[in-house]
Amino acid sequence: MARALINVPQKSKRGEIIEIKTLMSHPMETGFRPGMDGQLIPRDIIEKFVCTYNGEVVFSAQLHPAITANPFISFTTIATDSGTLVFSWTDNKGETQVQTASIQVE
Amino acid sequence: MNTTRRQFSLLAAGASFALVAPARATPDSMKASIQAFTGGKPVKEGRVKFDISLLVENGNSVPLSVLVDSPMTKDNHVTRIGIFNEKNPLPDVAIFNLTPRSGRAQIATRMRLNDTQFITAIAEMSDGTYFSAKSEVIVTMPACVEE
Repeated sequence: MARALINVPQKSKRGEIIEIKTLMSHPMETGFRPGMDGQLIPRDIIEKFVCTYNGEVVFSAQLHPAITANPFISFTTIATDSGTLVFSWTDNKGETQVQTASIQVE
Repeated sequence: MNTTRRQFSLLAAGASFALVAPARATPDSMKASIQAFTGGKPVKEGRVKFDISLLVENGNSVPLSVLVDSPMTKDNHVTRIGIFNEKNPLPDVAIFNLTPRSGRAQIATRMRLNDTQFITAIAEMSDGTYFSAKSEVIVTMPACVEE
């Protein structure tokens, strides 16, 4: 897979609700479109997105072909401790791409 | 009954259209999909603020956001938010799983729209109740048509 853009505030206060934005580069091919040869292009979509915060799952999502190419997902979480946020995207072939971001909580 | 030439050509045209037209979600298949999400429990309107454009030119990327009125504590929070549509090839759009760690029941994403239709957002609360909001979006150029 390709690269992802992740927007996590670098610093935040303890207990503050922070907004996280993710943009993953992926075609999200629906499996309903015919290609140049008239055959349907096989489905290639991200089905699962998971975000863990210091090992605990804080948010996850199941995506269907109705989500756009380069899926954008934004959600919130409470800044509890300094540490790492791990983001993973899994496609319908079972391939997973993982990216991390660190956060400093005062 | 004898089939006239005109009737035959009409039938043939209808049959070929049926072959070419891709499968589509219908308001009924959206209901079935919502039933699967809620497990058949009643869905009330309210508590969900569903933000999506009313009119879009291009159905390929339509931003939407959902905000649910909930304190998001351990005993009282939103567990899931589901988005459903009537006229895309499939009725499901996405399901978001939230936790008390979310702080606020708020998500945003972008979806494809194949036609002018109603989009429904449903929130599942931790006590097993369901709340919904729906919004009609008018699409001038649908997704899923261009090569």
